[in-house]
Amino acid sequence: MNIDWDFIIRSLSLYADAIWITLHLAFWGILISLAIGLVGSAILYFKVKGLSKVVKVYVEISRNTPLLIQIFFLYFGFPKLGITLSASACAIIGLSFLGGSYMCEAFRSGIESVSKSQIESGLSIGLSNTQLARYVVIPQAFSVSLPSLGANCIFLLKETSILGAISILDVMNVTKDLIGMYYKTFESLLMLVVVYIIMLLPLSILLTWLEKRVRYAEFGN
Amino acid sequence: MQNLGINVIFQGRNLQRLFEGLLITMEISFISIVIATFLGVLIGLSRTTKYKPLLLINRLYLEFFRIIPTLVWLFIFYFGVTTALNVDLSGLSVAIIVFSLWGAAEMGDIVRGALQSLPKHQTESGMALGLSHWQLYLYVLIPQAVRRTLPGTINLATRMIKTTSLVVLIGVIDVVKIGQQIIESSRFEFPTASFWVYGFIFVLYFIVCYPLSVLSNKLEMKWNN
Amino acid sequence: MMKTKSEITLLKINDIHKEFDNKEILTGVSFELHRGEVLVILGPSGCGKSTLLRCINGLEKIQSGDIIFDETSLIQDNTNWPVIREKIGMVFQNYDLFPHMTVIDNILLGPLKVQKRDKKEALEQAEDLLARVGLLDRKDAFPRQLSGGQKQRIAIVRALCMNPEIILFDEVTASLDPEVVREVLDVILGLAKQGMTMVIVTHEMGFARSVADRIIFMDEGNICEIAEPDVFFTNPQTERAQHFLNIFQY
Repeated sequence: MNIDWDFIIRSLSLYADAIWITLHLAFWGILISLAIGLVGSAILYFKVKGLSKVVKVYVEISRNTPLLIQIFFLYFGFPKLGITLSASACAIIGLSFLGGSYMCEAFRSGIESVSKSQIESGLSIGLSNTQLARYVVIPQAFSVSLPSLGANCIFLLKETSILGAISILDVMNVTKDLIGMYYKTFESLLMLVVVYIIMLLPLSILLTWLEKRVRYAEFGN
Repeated sequence: MQNLGINVIFQGRNLQRLFEGLLITMEISFISIVIATFLGVLIGLSRTTKYKPLLLINRLYLEFFRIIPTLVWLFIFYFGVTTALNVDLSGLSVAIIVFSLWGAAEMGDIVRGALQSLPKHQTESGMALGLSHWQLYLYVLIPQAVRRTLPGTINLATRMIKTTSLVVLIGVIDVVKIGQQIIESSRFEFPTASFWVYGFIFVLYFIVCYPLSVLSNKLEMKWNN
Repeated sequence: MMKTKSEITLLKINDIHKEFDNKEILTGVSFELHRGEVLVILGPSGCGKSTLLRCINGLEKIQSGDIIFDETSLIQDNTNWPVIREKIGMVFQNYDLFPHMTVIDNILLGPLKVQKRDKKEALEQAEDLLARVGLLDRKDAFPRQLSGGQKQRIAIVRALCMNPEIILFDEVTASLDPEVVREVLDVILGLAKQGMTMVIVTHEMGFARSVADRIIFMDEGNICEIAEPDVFFTNPQTERAQHFLNIFQY
């Protein structure tokens, strides 16, 4: 099997640019998702009237529709309403819309894992609702949510693979172009796989380490 | 002539074609899920073996499908395997192959998790009652294991259905592709078609996936009590 | 036990009714609690004794009746429960120390963050109380490193450090191994000797007899009998009380 290493080296800079774009979009998508998740789960926790229903509906809609359709809708459909968004904006909005509901679920399950008796225990020493959230619920909820939050980050990074469909110059499009132009199918696919491993493996390891540290700090195992 | 945008869906055979496209989507999902379940159960059972190399292969298989995005796998098979093996595979076949393999990897993990989570004392109580090895499996362990896999399986099915939307990117004529065709051909009559068509497809996916999600929740709640 | 009780009424429970899921749990409970008094509530499972306790510190809402503490009714819409709970402390069956905090942090959370006391002063009191229950050396441990009996004693210290006027104890030894039950009950006996006002729900009959000033016997959501312990245990008046006490004779 002849691998054209020369070709690989020459395409490195193309891939490097594409990786940068992918990571950049993923970063913002993840960040905004976390923000949406925090706000959403807080609304559900404090049982805010009206808004709670909105959050629940949002979560169901975003979890039961594909990201591809969401961004097609944004990129091709919205301009017809007079709202034209750049491909990057659509990408980030799409990722955040989808990610937000997953993060919300992760935070919510962490919060619900704090037992009622812990809450009553806190109430019995006179803690107010906000103090309860701050000193009792959030610290415990966080270490329970962390694995899910981490998995969601990885999930969002993987989902960036579809952004090429709206003309973003990500690694998928670079690969497609290279195959189409130079017919170096094997080398291009090899690079594609390597690039994803490079992006995802460190993140996965980092998150596992973070989980272990937080769990030890909180619970000693 | 500018028409009310939403009517593009009801023009001519559009609605019918969209549903035909949806059928393709469902076919891919369904076939893949069936194959995946079958293979997945085998893989899951094989995870209980003590044979190290087999465990390693299993582990690598799962990790590979987890780390590499599904679309990349579709590319690998559509562009790569076809060139390497000199076969001509349609996008549809590639889709089914990739989804079955991915599904089987995930199912394998779900099955393994279910088997491992069975309380040990069930086995002991069963044996204390005098059940034979096979009776133990048939009447006690398997029904419980099936229960435990159900929420995960339904969740996987929902994810697979959503991911089939990607097959349009390797040329399969599914509901998304038909939607795009409709938009293209309605450019003049219905300039706002893209909004309505993608919106409609959005709703279609929701209608298919939401009931599954509700079912999964109900089952989980019922069996956690 | 002989001690001079004060006649100051700290807590008045007036005819409270509570229902849950359309079932009446408390059907008109009334009694008074005086400063320095120890009330022990006995009764079969499901008679509503834990619920009664939880109504007193607001963890459960009552449908009718009144709870009057320090001359104020507690069942008004604007009752500031966090403030009330500083004065009416509670210790639970499952201790429920905060797992992510050390023992000393568990104890100081209330005094420092709720009562906003001076750190040095609060720490002194906390350490003093810990020493009295024999656990000063464990002050930097995490709850997971402690036994059930130790955790429960710390839970009591945590409640005490708030300087409450009344402490409620809800079956605090029910989850403990028999060997460690005694060490916890000894702490409560010590508190009684010092004049702490307490309402205790328990199944420990011997303990009830020695710690109580009065026994309240409940059945099916209502009070059947109130009597001094010697009277109650040797000569119960009602049939239900007699039946209940027989359960404990073999």
